[in-house]
Amino acid sequence: MTATAPRHAGPGVRREPASPAASGGRAGTVRRSLFRALPVSPAVVLLLLFLAGPIGYCVVIAFTDLQLTGQAESSFVGFENFTRAFRDEAFLNAVWLTLVFTVLSSLIGQNTLGLALASLMQRASKPVRTLTGGIVVTAWVLPEVVAGFLLYAFFRREGTLNAILDWLRLPSQNWLFTLPILAVSFANVWRGTAFSMLVYSAALNEIPKEVTEAAEVDGASGWRRMWHITLPMIRRSIGTNLMLNTLQTLSVFGLIWVMTRGGPSGKSQTLPLFMYEQAFQNSLIGYGTAVALLLLLIGSLFSVVYLRLLRTEF
Amino acid sequence: MRPTVRSVRFTALFTLTALASTALAACGSGSGDDPDTVKVSFKQSTDNSIKVMDTYLADIKKQFEKANPGKKVELVPVKAPDSEYYTKLQQMLRSPKTAPDLVYEDTFLINSDITSGYLKPLDDYLAKWDDWDRFVDTAKAAATGEDGKTYGVPDGTDTRGLWFSKDVFAKAGLPADWQPKTWDEVLDAARTIKEKVPGVTPINVYTGKPAGEAATMQGFQMLLYGTDDGTEDPLYDKDGKKWITAGQGFEDSLAFVETVYEEKLGPEVSDALDPNFGTRVRGELLPQGKLGIALDGSWLPQDWLEGSGHEWPEWSKELGLAAMPTQNGQAPGRVSMSGGWTWAIPAKAGNPDLAFEFIKTMQTRANAQKWYVANSGIAVREDVANDPAYVEAQPGIEFFTDLVEVTHYRPAYPAYPKVSVAIQEAMEGVTTGDLSVEEAARGYDEALKEATDNQVVSK
Repeated sequence: MTATAPRHAGPGVRREPASPAASGGRAGTVRRSLFRALPVSPAVVLLLLFLAGPIGYCVVIAFTDLQLTGQAESSFVGFENFTRAFRDEAFLNAVWLTLVFTVLSSLIGQNTLGLALASLMQRASKPVRTLTGGIVVTAWVLPEVVAGFLLYAFFRREGTLNAILDWLRLPSQNWLFTLPILAVSFANVWRGTAFSMLVYSAALNEIPKEVTEAAEVDGASGWRRMWHITLPMIRRSIGTNLMLNTLQTLSVFGLIWVMTRGGPSGKSQTLPLFMYEQAFQNSLIGYGTAVALLLLLIGSLFSVVYLRLLRTEF
Repeated sequence: MRPTVRSVRFTALFTLTALASTALAACGSGSGDDPDTVKVSFKQSTDNSIKVMDTYLADIKKQFEKANPGKKVELVPVKAPDSEYYTKLQQMLRSPKTAPDLVYEDTFLINSDITSGYLKPLDDYLAKWDDWDRFVDTAKAAATGEDGKTYGVPDGTDTRGLWFSKDVFAKAGLPADWQPKTWDEVLDAARTIKEKVPGVTPINVYTGKPAGEAATMQGFQMLLYGTDDGTEDPLYDKDGKKWITAGQGFEDSLAFVETVYEEKLGPEVSDALDPNFGTRVRGELLPQGKLGIALDGSWLPQDWLEGSGHEWPEWSKELGLAAMPTQNGQAPGRVSMSGGWTWAIPAKAGNPDLAFEFIKTMQTRANAQKWYVANSGIAVREDVANDPAYVEAQPGIEFFTDLVEVTHYRPAYPAYPKVSVAIQEAMEGVTTGDLSVEEAARGYDEALKEATDNQVVSK
């Protein structure tokens, strides 16, 4: 980044330690580096104002009992919001469902399916590749709410899925009611696989043909090539993709809100929905913000794990 | 060009000034900046085809500006569903920079907002306003805070009752002028429909968290307030300022809900817990004759007006209306719940005097009447309620206006929204069959303690 001021003196300044002239020179250096930093200062000010500011404010609020309505004054309550969360069954339920949702839809679903699609497309003919790519990417560019409505229509009792099952003479059911977390996880896979697919397609294209050809000549089977050559070579992409996917999945709100509103009986209420309910429906801004910070913590835990995975060699 | 020291300094200075001025400009849109403009915030329908409120306010604005030369009205619509409208409004009310001069407040949250110090007491204005005596007492009470002061002028109310399909009733051999006397008679009618008219949902009672306040008010409270003798509030003890834990009436009401869903007299549980089910009841099930009885609100015909997307002008011939009976037919025999909206002046409003003038323009007798008719509202002014022109304006108005006599208002104190959620959870438990009535009632007691900081009492 160009923002960092040079630590050593610029080319025009002689080093003259301990001489009276040096102090003037050092001041000049400081002044000069300040001037050099000036052009980026608006960006820094903006970042502080609009990014660091609200985050700092959130941290402060998380330690108060601030409400949106129903209370004249708020006061500091220490860690009460956090201890309350861990005593709150609905919160623990939301943490569990968030983990299920993330593992099912991001780690297993989007990631594996994206990789599978990308490897299959490497071998497919161009029209097939374009068509598949087009369809998958369409799901991705749809706004979250639109995707939510589409999948609501797919899963609901009179929906497409049940129509297909009926036609196949298989038992139908209200998926959003009986298996809500599975339904929303599927929706997230449907929507988000394109991203993984694009990342992995790019990564697979980077692998030199000679390497795979050599392995093929040596008689390595498809699975062995995948395990011993492809995967190690795209290790970094896997890490990056997992991290981005996970963070995106942790914050999914609109999709679940439209499909189930976290119900029935909280059976698909992940942390973002729980947070929304506390902050804006129950007006407990302080508690909701504390939950938001805990969600941030979960996100960073995942990130740390992925970053460590990235460092270890296969 | 290499940046010189001076040009860099200038750029920085310029950027900072620009930033500061935009930041200041963003703050300058509050209500206090122009003493001749009154800013009015209201809830705009999320359905683009429904312009009832927009049209009405545009008309009042014209009248007001004509009668008060030099004064201006700025309408500030907030387009959002109910719960998001409350949130948005509360955020606006927090600061004098964003607070409008006049806001449209649901009685559901008015006490909560009063406690927050968001609203201004109107007693001084009301004392000097003759029309205030025309308002019925229950409606006045709905906008009164715990301190006894009045914080809003109600612009109508609503009541609730039983809508039934005459066609389904004919097929089931039930009378077209049906009026049940007890809960059992309601359930018996539903059982008859189940037996004789297959393919039709016998009765709908909103339930569970997805239905939200509709479950609490159209569903549960319509039962609960019909238990006991009806003279005391079954949820809140006003004298002791404490919330009442689940007693016999509460358990009986849960048992009614349990019966409806256990005996499959209601919709499929998965349908009942679909957040969009209310829309289907109004837009699909009732008009298509697929629902026998609906425990629902007076405002339903709003959805069947011309240009609404589900036009159904014949509804008054195809649907019958009956009052919800008390549990065992005890006096007064009928029960109803009322809510409604009020016009309130924010504590941080810049032009409160002008805002009250605007309320007075909206509440001239003629304007009030125009509004009740336009939005299928129920009059809270005696002079309008007794006017034949109002009574005949729409089928159903007379029926629902008569229910004002026996109606109840919710104890809409600050903890109410959370209490309401606790009720929905108890209902959901017995609806899905996950909880027995006793378990659900105990769960409610626990949630009630949590929601009210232990301000509870058993009765």
